[in-house]
Amino acid sequence: MANVSLRNIDKSFGETKAVRNVTFEVAKGEFLVLLGPTGAGKTTTLRLVAGLEKPDAGSVLIDGADVTSAAPASRDVAFVFQQYSLYPHLSVYDNLAFPLRSPARRMPEDEIRSRIEAVAGMLRIGGKLQNRSTKLSGGEMQRVAIGRALVRRPAIYLMDEPLSSLDAKLRADLRLELKRIQRDLGATILYVTHDQIEAMTMADRIGILSEGRLVQVGSPREIYADPDNVYVAARLGQPSINVLPLGALPVRSAPRTAYSVGVRTEHLDISRDGGPGANARLDWVEHLGDQNHLHIRLGDHRLTILAQPGTDLSAGEALRIEAANPLFFDEDGRRIR
Amino acid sequence: MSSTTAHSVVEPGRYLRFFAGAVVVVYALVTMIPLVWIFITGFKTPQDSISYPPKVIFEPSLEGYVNLFTTRTRQTPDYMATLPPPETWYDELVRSRQMVIAGPSKFGERFMNSIIIGFGSTFLSVFLGTLAAYAFSRFRIPLADDLLFFILSTRMMPPIAVAIPIFLMYRTVGLSDTHLGMIILYTTVNVSLAVWLLKGFVDEIPREYEEAALIDGYTRFQAFVKVVLPQMATGIAATAIFCLIFAWNEYAFALLLTSGTAQTAPPFIPTIIGEGGLDWPAIGAGVTLFLLPVLVFTILLRKHLLRGITFGAVRK
Repeated sequence: MANVSLRNIDKSFGETKAVRNVTFEVAKGEFLVLLGPTGAGKTTTLRLVAGLEKPDAGSVLIDGADVTSAAPASRDVAFVFQQYSLYPHLSVYDNLAFPLRSPARRMPEDEIRSRIEAVAGMLRIGGKLQNRSTKLSGGEMQRVAIGRALVRRPAIYLMDEPLSSLDAKLRADLRLELKRIQRDLGATILYVTHDQIEAMTMADRIGILSEGRLVQVGSPREIYADPDNVYVAARLGQPSINVLPLGALPVRSAPRTAYSVGVRTEHLDISRDGGPGANARLDWVEHLGDQNHLHIRLGDHRLTILAQPGTDLSAGEALRIEAANPLFFDEDGRRIR
Repeated sequence: MSSTTAHSVVEPGRYLRFFAGAVVVVYALVTMIPLVWIFITGFKTPQDSISYPPKVIFEPSLEGYVNLFTTRTRQTPDYMATLPPPETWYDELVRSRQMVIAGPSKFGERFMNSIIIGFGSTFLSVFLGTLAAYAFSRFRIPLADDLLFFILSTRMMPPIAVAIPIFLMYRTVGLSDTHLGMIILYTTVNVSLAVWLLKGFVDEIPREYEEAALIDGYTRFQAFVKVVLPQMATGIAATAIFCLIFAWNEYAFALLLTSGTAQTAPPFIPTIIGEGGLDWPAIGAGVTLFLLPVLVFTILLRKHLLRGITFGAVRK
């Protein structure tokens, strides 16, 4: 295992600036998740670390060595792709053996066998080794793809939305499994996703990317509770944070430069008539089983509030709402602390 | 996994399917009958082959094949009587027609020429086409689209339009009537087809496979050989068959540019007609043998033609 650091990386494709001045470090044994929407530069960042792209400026260091212009084969990184993950003309066993048989390694066959068996056991694909890779289910394919990275025991694992093509249940299962394996191996993983739940549950630290820029890096808790700007605040939280212009909602002691106020859905206190706060009306209630989302109209604004499943509120009721933990942002969306 | 059905939502009815089946069978019969007729003619005697009404039931004979592979001379009965008894069945067959075998015909040689030139140019076209298609598909090549169009444009003019310049050129550089000359010529014509066909197949193979191999410790060339080439098998097989069919059947250039050592079978077969009347059984035999290599080649590559090697591993 090794640490990876990116320093002032720039990368453009024609006119499009995919990555702009990105600097961060993945510590040895750390699980770092890059989170951002499509086109934020997540995959490009990953490909730059893998050596599939060359940065226009800046450098990539793996374990302190500058590998900026090294070939992918010589970097000792493993990559798990979102799809097209397995070689269709090879069996599962041969897929797993493929990196170990490469000219860069040339491992003896008996050692390959023992490694594959260990990894197959870990991923519970032991019974499928002789299958053609095309004859697997989606979940099995992705396990094998992860297995192909694991057999190599590389310095760092790079994963590009490896779970996004799976259905919800499989995704949840593999998420836990991946985290368990990472802990057991003490693996360094740089993981890219647009799924905030994956980021929140697996990451030691999350990096939020927006339009090629790294906006904030921190532990999931930090990113969620203490966002640097309104963009980061909106990336995390389901349903997402309510952002209102200052004055729409009564708050105590707003800073002088504050322009807007953000309130997480679980940070709005509601009371029936007579309570403190602003007058609002309940538009409708979404029952999700384990929780309820209350959609509320406050003057011209709509808000979403998270409520306990046992709530007896019904649509059309008049309410009073008050913000418990407001976050203030200035005119440019920067957080005012 | 998305498994969309290719056919329409409404299944055709029983009668419509029967009708469609009948049309296919009739069409197959219409196209097959000439081939069957040629095949049968190869096993007839010259008399049977021109009898009217045509004989469908006849005593099979190998005379056509013997005549195809030999040259014969007619002799007087006096001379025939002086000969020792015939050593082989074909000697006997020829003598029953008051002739003796003078020597082997050129058919075997011409047939080998066709094999060498046909398969040689097919191999070269597919080899060059594969490399070019990969490069066009994967690398950033300046003016790639223009180059591809240029390559295609070489096929826009009928090749025979440049026959005279090529004839003069070949005579000057000494490529006339040589195997190499014919291989180069057919490769030139086929390579554009090969590049275009194969590029389509390479484009369909996701780059991720090669990138995975690059990261797994392979060089680009090794990744190409180990990952891309196996997945191109379908395309290579299909392209090879197309190239072979062209090179194998090509008549005009072969007639113009070859006369002796490098002559292929197509210009040779009609010359049988000239030698002592219309020897239909020999022509039937020649055509039958001529059809075989392409047929065998296609059957051998058939399993690669079944698509679905890449499809199925890809989740969309």
